[in-house]
Amino acid sequence: MELRSNVPTGPIEKRWEKHRFDLKLVNPANRRKHTVIVVGTGLAGGAASATLGELGYNVHAFYYQDSPRRAHSIAAQGGINAAKNYQNDGDSIYRLFYDTVKGGDFRARESNVYRLAEVSANIIDQCTAQGVPFAREYSGLLDNRSFGGAQVSRTFYARGQTGQQLLLGAYQALERQVNAGTVTTHGRHEMLDLIVIDGVARGIVTRNLVTGEIRAWLADCVVLASGGYGNVFYLSTNAKGCNTTATWRAHRLGAAFANPCYTQIHPTCIPVAGDYQSKLTLMSESLRNDGRVWVPKNAADATKDPRTIPEADRDYYLERRYPAFGNLVPRDIASRAAKKSCDEGRGVGPAVDGERRGVYLDFADSIKRLGKSKIAERYGNLFEMYERIAGENPYETPMRIYPASHYTMGGLWVDYNLMTTIPGLFAAGEANFSDHGANRLGASALMQGLADGYFVLPSTLAGYLAGFKAPKVADDHPEVKAAVGRVTERLKKLTSAPKPSRTPDSFHKELGRLVWDECGMSRTADGLKKALARIPALREEFWNGVRVTGSGEEFNQTLEKAGRVADFLELGELMCIDALNREESAGGHFREEHQTEDGEARRNDEEFSYVAAWEHTGNLSQPKLNKEPLTFEYVKPSNRSYK
Amino acid sequence: MSKKLNLTLHVWRQKGPKSSGGFVKYPAQGIDDHMSFLEMLDVVNEGLIEKGEEPIAFDHDCREGICGSCGVMINGMAHGPRKATTTCQLHMRVFSDGDEIWVEPWRAAAFPVVKDLVVDRGALDRIVQSGGYVSVRTGSAPDANNLAVPKTDADLAMDAAQCIGCGACVAACPNASASLFTSAKIGHLALLPQGAPEREDRVRRMVAQHDAELFGSCTQHGECEAACPKEISINFIARMNADFIKTAITATTDLKPREGTE
Ligand SMILES: Cc1cc2nc3c(=O)[nH]c(=O)nc-3n(C[C@H](O)[C@H](O)[C@H](O)COP(=O)(O)OP(=O)(O)OC[C@H]3O[C@@H](n4cnc5c(N)ncnc54)[C@H](O)[C@@H]3O)c2cc1C
Ligand code: SF4
Ligand code: FES
Repeated sequence: MELRSNVPTGPIEKRWEKHRFDLKLVNPANRRKHTVIVVGTGLAGGAASATLGELGYNVHAFYYQDSPRRAHSIAAQGGINAAKNYQNDGDSIYRLFYDTVKGGDFRARESNVYRLAEVSANIIDQCTAQGVPFAREYSGLLDNRSFGGAQVSRTFYARGQTGQQLLLGAYQALERQVNAGTVTTHGRHEMLDLIVIDGVARGIVTRNLVTGEIRAWLADCVVLASGGYGNVFYLSTNAKGCNTTATWRAHRLGAAFANPCYTQIHPTCIPVAGDYQSKLTLMSESLRNDGRVWVPKNAADATKDPRTIPEADRDYYLERRYPAFGNLVPRDIASRAAKKSCDEGRGVGPAVDGERRGVYLDFADSIKRLGKSKIAERYGNLFEMYERIAGENPYETPMRIYPASHYTMGGLWVDYNLMTTIPGLFAAGEANFSDHGANRLGASALMQGLADGYFVLPSTLAGYLAGFKAPKVADDHPEVKAAVGRVTERLKKLTSAPKPSRTPDSFHKELGRLVWDECGMSRTADGLKKALARIPALREEFWNGVRVTGSGEEFNQTLEKAGRVADFLELGELMCIDALNREESAGGHFREEHQTEDGEARRNDEEFSYVAAWEHTGNLSQPKLNKEPLTFEYVKPSNRSYK
Repeated sequence: MSKKLNLTLHVWRQKGPKSSGGFVKYPAQGIDDHMSFLEMLDVVNEGLIEKGEEPIAFDHDCREGICGSCGVMINGMAHGPRKATTTCQLHMRVFSDGDEIWVEPWRAAAFPVVKDLVVDRGALDRIVQSGGYVSVRTGSAPDANNLAVPKTDADLAMDAAQCIGCGACVAACPNASASLFTSAKIGHLALLPQGAPEREDRVRRMVAQHDAELFGSCTQHGECEAACPKEISINFIARMNADFIKTAITATTDLKPREGTE
């Protein structure tokens, strides 16, 4: 497999402009004749569908929820970055670019990141014009805040519901196109396979989740904007339905999967309360702007009322270890530091499985300094949410938090045009690997999703479609029939395991625990090998013993779950293979063997300054590694230091 | 410390839109009071699957109270007894040991049952399709700070924009009206200068679509506001009505399909 990144050359500030000029255009009268399939209506897919529809293409948008407005993007809380420099605090496109490359621990493509920073300002203009009610100052102009790891205030927000408001903006734009007849939406449809004809992506196979109908949809190109794979850990902050099925099925048909081991663990989530826990809830990291993180100095104080522990007996470990950034260190650093404190026995909160896994996030000082009403204005809904879940009032007693799986930087490999290694198959948003390297900065996923959807894909898809010459195909094409056959066969297997004994969730929990322990916040060769020995066996047990009630010809949520777990059981293995291969620590990937004396990550630029793009070989345990070397012309790789 | 509850559930089971349904009784034993309501249903469902019985179907996704997927009637109350709380955010600590809990889907002619507790809320999307947006082309927007918006207007717009589209207002309304939902979108956009050019047209189209679906009309019971997990104020219905009456008097044209639509 050849990895052609198609990155333009020349001065970095001119690359996107030049590339856009070089891309071919599709004549407005011809656009209607091109059918585009978009899987996903989150920020990336929703924005892409709306914009492509508006340009006149014939768009079909698919999603598993009942309405496009419910995509997982809706849950994003904290904000969206943009290099507007409205605060006049020294921000610029170049600075956002620089921060993102550095924050990603020098494992992202410079050209892509620059483009992202460049279009970020247009996103804010677009969303504001759509009526997104961003927070404003008394002047009536837009407000900003500083967000995890940034020393400038470039984050735009809408209370604690930024993702919701941005998604509703995209959703409304999408529904406008539905009304105009350019976009057709297909809710409660799950993509279960890809159709590739003569090496080119030509459609998808879906299951109608209400009726169980399996059918093929054909198009001139396919966009996967199906989100990330963080639910591989079972417990994560992702919505329950988030899955890897769309991307994984594409991977099995030839799309390279890049950097699967780069997953982000978010430091501020509500800790696990018991073994029935079904998901974890994120507390926006904007909370770290005003909250101070600490644990008791002495393990013996772990069960005391935190308010009674005197200052002298508290360890504000982030402020102590990272005086320059304090509570605002990047996510990976904050997460590992929390784990370390709990590993030392200083964790707080109820013991689950004999361990206390929690640290305090304390607002007492800020409330004293700014007043309760200011804190309520900034975080009111988050405090309420915490109170509802944990049953404690954070205005009075410190919150308890612990890291959880949150975001996946890895994803389908794409070139500068967001095209995967299968021609005609594009990937956008969290589903691709492109812009965040080994670690994503806070408030940059929303930016990337909307950049891909509103601004990048509409240009690059046109470039592809303008040269599109493949013949028309119909449902009776052998490849179409084969794809439908594969899906039908697989569903039959899922509903008729030879010895049905365990629920899909019980397999998912076991896989999740294993991958969390061995390929989570910190990894070792021994642990990864242990996981790699277990996963194939677990997969076999799954196919032999998964219990799915009901049939495939009806609304069947157990069957939906089983299909998703089956794909996670394959992806989990690739994650561990990638993590074992990457003999360095970079961003969210921390290998215990590769750390400095004081426990910080140690990168190995000589050997690992590359994107690992894995190719499916037919043998899940032996994928082929392809390397895309990374070169840094503008931001010189340095060691991150947040001290 | 957590407590354990032993409960009896009466859950509405219905195979499909055309089948008739009924309540089925399930014991729910040893329920930790820190569980969410949906985690309690998960536990019941795992037990059902293990016995080879079909689990109870219910919609859910984010489990954070923001996606609007979840929502059932719990003892006759949309999203259950706790104020400003979606079903997924309702925790079992609001119940007591020995409670009987009745669980039903949203009931409204405009929301046909898909299965068990799952309903079809497509009508809400169609209301938005009819005009719940600002017609701005991608890439054509002026600088975001070209237009100052008074903070109070922006904040009030945000109050309305928080609607999660769950449909609890419809389920709670004796007339099964979707007025709170519709007025929240109209109110959000009407409060911002970006929404001003289409303000009249929008209210007419959205109200017409609301009425064309099988939603009833608002007779000011106020049950919607009480059930709304996002505490959308019924004042938005008054604003919508005021706008609607005004446009009925001042509108100079009949409602026509928009240009560019089929
Ligand atoms: C709790 C939380 C808070 C966050 N806060 C922030 C923040 O403050 N700032 C920030 O920048 N980022 C934040 N993020 C990250 C960000 O929200 C996501 O990365 C981003 O929204 C992903 O958008 P997306 O469009 O790529 O995918 P998603 O929004 O996940 O959408 C996926 C879409 O694909 C569809 N889909 C998936 N699989 C299939 C299939 N097989 N068939 C058919 N359809 C399918 C779904 O129906 C859905 O429409 C947060 C994430 C979480 C979990
Ligand atoms: S107005 Fe309230 S109850 Fe009605 S759909 Fe919106 S959030 Fe739900
Ligand atoms: S599951 Fe999303 S609001 Fe309840």
